[in-house]
Amino acid sequence: MQDIVLDMGGKLFAEHAEAAFHAHPKDTTEGAASWMPGLWAQVGELGLPLALLSEEHGGFDLPAATAMGLVRLAAAHAVPLPLGETMIANWLLAHAGLPLAEGPATLALGPELDGDRLNGPAARVAYGRHAATVVLLAGDRLVRTDAGTVTEASHNVAGEPRDTLVFAGEVTSAPAPVNKQNFRLLGALLRAQGMAGALEAALSMTVDHANSREQFGRPLGKFQAIQQSLAVMATNVAAAGAAAVMATDLLSDALAGTGAFATAAMAAKIRTGEAAGIGASIAHQTHGAIGFSQEYRLHPLTRRLWAWRDEWGREAEWCETLGTEVCARGPDGFWPFLTSTGSAA
Amino acid sequence: MSDFLTFPAPPALPGQDDLRRDVRAFLAETLGPDFGATDQARSWNGHDPEFSRKLGRQGWLGMTWPTEYGGGNRSPLERYVVIEELLAAGAPVAAHWIADRQSGPLLLRFGSEAQRRDILPRIAAGECYFCIGMSEAGSGSDLAAAKTRARRDGDEWVLNGTKIWTTYAHHAHYMIVFCRTGHSEDRHGGTSQLLVDLSTPGITISPILDLAGEHHLNEVQFDNVRLPATALLGQEGQGWDQVMGELAFERSGPDRFLSSFALLNDLVRVLGTAPDQASARAVGRMAAHLMVLRHMSRSVAGKLAREENPTLQATIVKDLGALIEQEIPEIARTLVPVEPVPGPQNDFACALARTLMSAPSFSLRGGTREILRGIIARGLGLR
Ligand SMILES: Cc1cc2nc3c(=O)[nH]c(=O)nc-3n(C[C@H](O)[C@H](O)[C@H](O)COP(=O)(O)OP(=O)(O)OC[C@H]3O[C@@H](n4cnc5c(N)ncnc54)[C@H](O)[C@@H]3O)c2cc1C
Repeated sequence: MQDIVLDMGGKLFAEHAEAAFHAHPKDTTEGAASWMPGLWAQVGELGLPLALLSEEHGGFDLPAATAMGLVRLAAAHAVPLPLGETMIANWLLAHAGLPLAEGPATLALGPELDGDRLNGPAARVAYGRHAATVVLLAGDRLVRTDAGTVTEASHNVAGEPRDTLVFAGEVTSAPAPVNKQNFRLLGALLRAQGMAGALEAALSMTVDHANSREQFGRPLGKFQAIQQSLAVMATNVAAAGAAAVMATDLLSDALAGTGAFATAAMAAKIRTGEAAGIGASIAHQTHGAIGFSQEYRLHPLTRRLWAWRDEWGREAEWCETLGTEVCARGPDGFWPFLTSTGSAA
Repeated sequence: MSDFLTFPAPPALPGQDDLRRDVRAFLAETLGPDFGATDQARSWNGHDPEFSRKLGRQGWLGMTWPTEYGGGNRSPLERYVVIEELLAAGAPVAAHWIADRQSGPLLLRFGSEAQRRDILPRIAAGECYFCIGMSEAGSGSDLAAAKTRARRDGDEWVLNGTKIWTTYAHHAHYMIVFCRTGHSEDRHGGTSQLLVDLSTPGITISPILDLAGEHHLNEVQFDNVRLPATALLGQEGQGWDQVMGELAFERSGPDRFLSSFALLNDLVRVLGTAPDQASARAVGRMAAHLMVLRHMSRSVAGKLAREENPTLQATIVKDLGALIEQEIPEIARTLVPVEPVPGPQNDFACALARTLMSAPSFSLRGGTREILRGIIARGLGLR
């Protein structure tokens, strides 16, 4: 079952990768990638938005790491979809006992809950203009609302919609299954998984390029300088993937709130964010000018890396939070802290 | 994507919390409250046979080996818990470290029944120590260029040559010597490994002091050293494959990213419980790196437990691990305005000095950074 879901997802994204590339505007200042209704319809038909749910909630009872593998694959093919957001939204709704999302969903913070109304804007909401359902955390309530009104349509450096929304209608809410830090870290986990996927794809493109492009009568990959820097990229790709898995394995702990998920997710966002910068830089350096061109399909990956490392908390923010926590425990608490977090076992 | 870039979590290990608690209690009692940052900063270079024997009595050496050879028949993941606790505490593990980490496993895999029965129980008891006989003056990264040679003479091997940079040869009972036994033109095929009892006549061990003036490295000369035929370890002519297997053991563990942990821990003490923003960020970043490396390293242990071959994954962990080990003193000195001062005091200045002066070795010993990256590049299909 696990492999089947990932195979299906991977195949679907691969089939749409070319169209996804053309869905992005040529000039990044022009606007966001256009919506791919056909692709989303198939994502829905396959049940992928429910991938994180147990059977009881209508899902497939997959291990979280497998379900999140879909987010990685979507990133590797650079398809413009709020799949991860919808998966997490449904997971939160299910655990709060609220009805699941209808169609594409997204996650937002900002507005305050006043009775059954939301006051104030939610900024830089991923795919906000396309979301049929928006899931917000307001105080200690999880809020479910229908589409909001877009007051500012913006996008990130990868051309993904990042919109400001306001909400006029009545909303439903329930006690939130996660606190605010963990809500944000669920977003951070999505970006960590996305960066892991984009890095894997960028590495494999870069290795292929190094093996096929010839200069001085031999493939670039035969030069030791190239080999050494691709090895550095590979170690960072490996660390990013490991970091994302480490945090994903602790997903259910986000509900219990022991702090293990929070710590691992911060570490994952920090480490994948650092790997993103290093990986994107080596990928471009190895590609030379062709990788800098609009028509070549490296930039959908590297621009996602540059965008995602700053979303849901950049490295500096989580480093500060994590470091403050480490120091508060003092030297006697540091090692026990490291061994009590990380992966569950 | 290449499978060697994935690091799944190891399986859950029942009882590991109890084991961890036992090791911590043992360390607190055995090392005592005066064992401070500068002592710990020796990392796995601290040599104390008495301590090694105590570990042996606890059953914490040769943990994964079969009981018939004095081992504990336990999982690599249990061993992982023990060794990471030893390293985090900066315990003086050098006496037995090489024997437990690589020589014992090598003997278990390639040794004769007599060699295993004779030696493994003594390693597991913390009484028998090994050193690594790979490097020579003309053969560092290019291990296959080794010139040390053993020739057959009747029932004996006669060994001639010089090994260098041999860690704790002066306290070891045995060296596993990588040497030529065949034609010199046959770079890989003409090599073997010999198990050499260092009390054999004709062996001269001379100290080489490190840049801090400490003696752990040596030069070891073999002058017509006569060894019994049974000194051959494994198969004649298989030395290259065997030594590559030995290096996989040498590179796989948490000793490859925790060498500077004592200094980082002391940095946390010096910064106090309410650090400024820059300090908190730096500590948080290093903690994140260590958490991820620990996940990766435990994943390697999980692969060993499943009897998979994690050579490439271990190479990745070692390369990344050395980077953070070397960054820690550089970052520590930017955050704390204290000059490094060599000395025995258990304070930040001395711990910084010791770590700073050890740091260059982190990306040399056990295979240099460039060699590791070459191995990774081969894994990527570039060579
Ligand atoms: C603290 C310490 C303990 C040690 N303990 C032991 C021990 O117990 N037993 C033992 O046998 N050895 C030991 N060594 C030796 C260690 O294995 C060697 O230092 C290591 O293999 C490198 O060899 P070298 O020092 O001769 O450097 P060289 O091989 O001369 O390398 C020098 C530099 O050139 C680079 N270089 C070499 N070849 C290439 C290439 N093809 N491409 C690109 N760059 C290259 C290296 O990466 C390095 O940066 C120890 C070393 C240290 C520092």
